[in-house]
Amino acid sequence: MKIIVLIKQVPETTDVRIDPETNTLIREGVDSIINPFDMYAIEEALRVKERLEGAKVVVISMGPPQAVDALKEALSMGCDEAVLLSDRKFAGSDTWATSYTLAQAIKKIGDYRLIFCGKQASDGDTAQVGPGVSTHLDIPQVTYVKHIEQIDTHAAKVERMTEEGYDIIETPLPAVLTVVKEINEPRLPSLKGKMRAKKAEIPVWGAGDISCDEDKIGLDGSPTRVVKIFTPPPREGGRILTGEPDEVAKELAGLIKDIVTG
Amino acid sequence: MDYLLTEEQQMIKDLCHRIAEEKIKPVAAEYDESGEFPWPIMKIFAESDICGIYIPEKYGGMGGGILELAIATEELCWGCGGISLAFAATGLGTFPILLYGNEEQKAKYLPEVASGRKLAAFALTEAEAGSDAGSIKTTAKKDGDSYILNGTKQWITNGGEAEIYTVVAMTNKAKGARGASAFIVDKDTPGLSFGKKENKMGIRGSATREVIFTDCRVPKENLLGKEGLGFIVAMKTFDSSRPGVAAQALGIAQRALDESVKYAHERRQFGTSISSFQAIQFMLADMAIQVEASRALIYSAARMIDSGAKNIAKVSAMSKTFASDTAMKVTTDAVQIFGGYGYMKEYPVEKLMRDAKITQIYEGTNQIQRGVIASALIKEALAK
Repeated sequence: MKIIVLIKQVPETTDVRIDPETNTLIREGVDSIINPFDMYAIEEALRVKERLEGAKVVVISMGPPQAVDALKEALSMGCDEAVLLSDRKFAGSDTWATSYTLAQAIKKIGDYRLIFCGKQASDGDTAQVGPGVSTHLDIPQVTYVKHIEQIDTHAAKVERMTEEGYDIIETPLPAVLTVVKEINEPRLPSLKGKMRAKKAEIPVWGAGDISCDEDKIGLDGSPTRVVKIFTPPPREGGRILTGEPDEVAKELAGLIKDIVTG
Repeated sequence: MDYLLTEEQQMIKDLCHRIAEEKIKPVAAEYDESGEFPWPIMKIFAESDICGIYIPEKYGGMGGGILELAIATEELCWGCGGISLAFAATGLGTFPILLYGNEEQKAKYLPEVASGRKLAAFALTEAEAGSDAGSIKTTAKKDGDSYILNGTKQWITNGGEAEIYTVVAMTNKAKGARGASAFIVDKDTPGLSFGKKENKMGIRGSATREVIFTDCRVPKENLLGKEGLGFIVAMKTFDSSRPGVAAQALGIAQRALDESVKYAHERRQFGTSISSFQAIQFMLADMAIQVEASRALIYSAARMIDSGAKNIAKVSAMSKTFASDTAMKVTTDAVQIFGGYGYMKEYPVEKLMRDAKITQIYEGTNQIQRGVIASALIKEALAK
């Protein structure tokens, strides 16, 4: 059985710059890393592998050829196999087309019981690809997983983080789990892992390798149109009203009224 | 500077630096304060496969040598010279087996060390036998198929934490130094116990303890080499291990330099960064020269040892002496550059100064090293 991890290579900064002409990320001069949330997904996949005999961890990334570095890092941490999805035809994919493409690759790999993703990517922040993959594969999803309580090859019982606390959810497998940083502490690569990763030849699959409908991939398969990207202006400092409670309450009511009535 | 490291050596350097930066540095002050043994870090060392870098592949290691060990030790000690000492001291305890162990001994013990499942310790020093190692009093008396050990070893790094002890004891007192023998003793051997844990000035994240033998029966299969070889084993072990101490000193010194450059740039006095003052600049430059010279000497010594060269005592002692004197000087200067802040425990440099001091003392004081170097010089001159 296979445990799949979906990872994305992202710029090593939270302060990304956007090209105003094309509305895309400026990647020049910025180091690339594995999306930090995906590190928790890799770690959890490796831990589940240790719990389920005979499991193999396969890590997949979709991106430009240099994303192979992210996959090698995953191999050096102990993942068994890696696949890169890279094709000019995939360029311009939104989260819908990306999750379709990933789902087709997962089908090709087959024998999957679990699919791990980070809760979201640090560059796009959409948190849509994991749920998208589960939809395309027509299997259950649990998002924001912070703990796996029980797991066997047929079912899992997990804790899903919410703003107030957590839900306990049981799901049959296969399923997609997206994880939050509370779930574990990712390991460092090992020396033997690094050496194995250095020698590893990572297969690159294009559109022709994963039997996909060409209308559903790349820019053509992407219903999303990015009209504008901007950084919202920093929030301005609030006002503190001081004085007697009665007067302050009146003043506050007046202010609210002004805002509401414009 | 480019030391023409192989891809594998560069990988060791990068990984060990990452372990130091991400896992050791954040907890160094905590262990320095508590003096506890850093088992969680030992687990990380084991999981990272670095415990066997100097052990042959046949025994589960990576087949590297002294250079690989020095590179790893330097980087780990950049994070903390105390916590990382458990790694280097395991090397010291393992060298007698690597150098003099027979096939059975190697097959039994080396994979345990290489995997990180067990730590090792080397037990030579006693209360009355420090630099004068020939006057050890611990005895090993042959009794049928075993030896019975009696005596107390002092200041044993990894004492009480290690599972494997390589011990030098007298099998024939009448023969003096030629009457010593080396043994491997497992921790669970009846008659082996541990005395007080020392409260030290520096390297406080390491365990330093008495190791006590009371009618401790060791099977004769655990004799290293043959009877009477004890001191040769000890001296050859030190020849191989001293570049490791040098590397520990180098890591500490490099950290002191890095912290000093950073602080000198940030600290403002008289309306400007103190790094703009020539007095500070010259100190930083001198620190950098000495650190780089240490590294060059250590790597050269390590490469010479790894090449299989015979007379390595001199270069090995030189690397240890130069790097440890450098570490003491550079860490003292770092405290000076930090000024009053440097004297405070909230800042990292006073610890570096405390940690550096031991490197001038253990595995042979620097005075003993100079003696080793001088006698090699004289021997070389007479041979001409």
